[in-house]
Amino acid sequence: MSAPMTLPPDETAAATGPILSVQNISVSYDGGRSGFWAHASPVKALDGISFDIFPGETLGLVGESGSGKSTTGRAILRRIGVTSGRILFKGRDITTVTGEELRQLRRHMQIVFQDPYASLNPRMSVLDTVAEPLIVHGLVASAEEAREEISELLRIVGLPRDAQDRFPHAFSGGQRQRIGIARALALKPDFIVADEPVSALDVSVRAQVVNLLQDLQRDLGLTLLFIAHDLSVVRHISHRVAILYSGRLVEIAEREALYDTPIHPYTEALLSAVPVPDPKIQKGRKRLVYRGEIVDAGHWPSGCHLHGRCPHATEKCSIEPPPLVEKRPGHWAACWHR
Amino acid sequence: MSPAADRPLLEIERLEVEFDTRRGVVRGLRGVDLSIGRGETLAIVGESGSGKSVTAQAVMGLIDVPGRIVGGDVRWKGHSLLSRSRARQARDIRGKEIALVFQDPMTSLNPLIRVGQQISEVLRRHLGMTRADADLRVLDLLEAVGIPAPPRRAKQYPHELSGGMRQRVMIAMAIACEPELLIADEPTTALDVTIQAQVLELIAGLQETLGLSVLLITHDLGVVAGLCDRVAVMYAGQIVETGSAEDVFERPAHPYTQGLIRSTPRLDDHMERLVSIDGAPPSLLAPPPGCAFYERCPIAEARCATLPPLIPIPNRTAGSVACWRATTNAWDSASVPPGELRAV
Ligand SMILES: Nc1ncnc2c1ncn2[C@@H]1O[C@H](COP(=O)(O)OP(=O)(O)OP(=O)(O)O)[C@@H](O)[C@H]1O
Ligand SMILES: Nc1ncnc2c1ncn2[C@@H]1O[C@H](COP(=O)(O)OP(=O)(O)OP(=O)(O)O)[C@@H](O)[C@H]1O
Ligand SMILES: [Mg+2]
Ligand SMILES: [Mg+2]
Repeated sequence: MSAPMTLPPDETAAATGPILSVQNISVSYDGGRSGFWAHASPVKALDGISFDIFPGETLGLVGESGSGKSTTGRAILRRIGVTSGRILFKGRDITTVTGEELRQLRRHMQIVFQDPYASLNPRMSVLDTVAEPLIVHGLVASAEEAREEISELLRIVGLPRDAQDRFPHAFSGGQRQRIGIARALALKPDFIVADEPVSALDVSVRAQVVNLLQDLQRDLGLTLLFIAHDLSVVRHISHRVAILYSGRLVEIAEREALYDTPIHPYTEALLSAVPVPDPKIQKGRKRLVYRGEIVDAGHWPSGCHLHGRCPHATEKCSIEPPPLVEKRPGHWAACWHR
Repeated sequence: MSPAADRPLLEIERLEVEFDTRRGVVRGLRGVDLSIGRGETLAIVGESGSGKSVTAQAVMGLIDVPGRIVGGDVRWKGHSLLSRSRARQARDIRGKEIALVFQDPMTSLNPLIRVGQQISEVLRRHLGMTRADADLRVLDLLEAVGIPAPPRRAKQYPHELSGGMRQRVMIAMAIACEPELLIADEPTTALDVTIQAQVLELIAGLQETLGLSVLLITHDLGVVAGLCDRVAVMYAGQIVETGSAEDVFERPAHPYTQGLIRSTPRLDDHMERLVSIDGAPPSLLAPPPGCAFYERCPIAEARCATLPPLIPIPNRTAGSVACWRATTNAWDSASVPPGELRAV
């Protein structure tokens, strides 16, 4: 977006050091969400994950379904409590803040959801939808009062001026996602979690939203946690990429390093499995097809969670979980054999 | 007309489907032409809502109120599946000679019945097998789709299986009657890439060993590239391009196809920015009388307000396009003044 910058970056953001530091967090859900044979014991969804995000950076978080991506986002935004570990935002421990402090914190951290159809209230006009966070935080008394500001926000996300008084059903999926992004921007946050913001969109529209997020990130100095299961989209938008597998971070590195010289066997399998839209290349590609299934949270094996599927696994892998260590400068992986 | 022997297995001709909704009549399919030969793998790709699933449903006889087929025909080995006088034959063909795998196995498997028994019932219903024979065959089928420990898995309920395994059960059920055509509607969309790779490998293997024809519906161009011989591209209830996979990927002729390929992020490119197609498809409540891509097309001109027919592309063995101005570089020339286009 070449438009002039209208949302000034927050000067208080420390120039050095991570804006967000996730330190060894674990999260459990109450057991027996689905089914029949509900088991009452809590189910661990995240098992001691750590990473930093630096100001103005986009970190891509990739993993299979159920690996804990959304849980990570929820934990950071304090929508769910952690069972252990700490979360620092701008150097401050926010793991247990509550009340007014938490409300203030929420102004700085926003979320964009996956499903633009389900995440917007069909009975609220675009104006009301985008103004809601402003009203909740007492910055304006009514949506009308924010009309000018919101018209500017809509311009930034590339929606027509007359969008304000229309309702979600009048918009396409891509446009709805823009409404969601405008809403997330309303409070001028420094940090946004985008939880699979383009997964529900058509390929031809996906690019519009990815480009928009990329522009906003750069022009507004936003810090972005971009959650996705599609490695090709992540490559375009991320500065660094982290890979989750069954509740654990298995690798994190600069984008090029991760894609060109992956270390963890799971990352390798993932990269080799992503189909390339080119018959000549794709039909001749050698894929690492790992046998076996992904194990649900609550049934994780001991040791490395991948060991049952990993061709390199040894006895050690089935006993001791490998720690995430810096294998090359800035390139961390959790594997005993790499 | 060609003799019956080398005519396509499945022919879809000028098929039109409408849905009555509160807001009016949705024109789901607006004259779809498509055919699949024996042993061929055809992909249908296209935007959400373009009519891919409705096409599959029409073939399988699954269009139900509020939908109806209002025109055209679907022929299997030369005989209409839609004619009233052959309704019984059509029912036999569907499920036996033509089988369908859905995107979400949870909605098509009965949650209260063990998976082995569900497959066994298909065998008994369509092939008239005895229970004992069917139960034995179930174990072969589960093994064929790569499910470990078939005797144990057969006794489990759908929710006790992972997504990838449920999808395999669906495929086992679909191939139980040794169909000639397998229709797979987004069979791997709900799966993770590493599991998706397993399922695609399975379908490719079955295609080879059983000589199946496959109609694969997907929005993932990468999946198409690995598996399919031919591609049909749908847009707003119509086919806008068909061709060999190679032609469609390397020399797409329709501006929409070109846009779709350009905007598909690739793992193997290093572009900083994705290209996108601005705008959105038209509403099928009141589709435009002309080309449906008109609004988003970089090279649209006055005559595009009338509907372009799907016609063969010159110098290609199998390939057709519905565009008045078919070229292979609609988007490059987008910024070129109209007068200079002919020179490109
Ligand atoms: N509210 C909940 N109650 C119980 N278990 C939950 C809940 N939410 C998530 N889980 C479980 O926690 C694990 C991680 O879930 P999470 O939603 O974080 O995965 P994800 O990586 O975001 O997956 P997806 O790609 O499907 O969105 C899963 O096993 C899931 O079933
Ligand atoms: N039961 C129904 N009632 C009303 N309209 C329907 C119904 N089923 C399909 N349609 C409409 O028919 C059109 C084609 O739908 P279809 O499901 O075939 O799309 P698709 O190409 O499979 O999309 P997707 O990629 O999202 O699965 C859409 O406009 C859809 O809204
Ligand atoms: Mg999620
Ligand atoms: Mg569909």
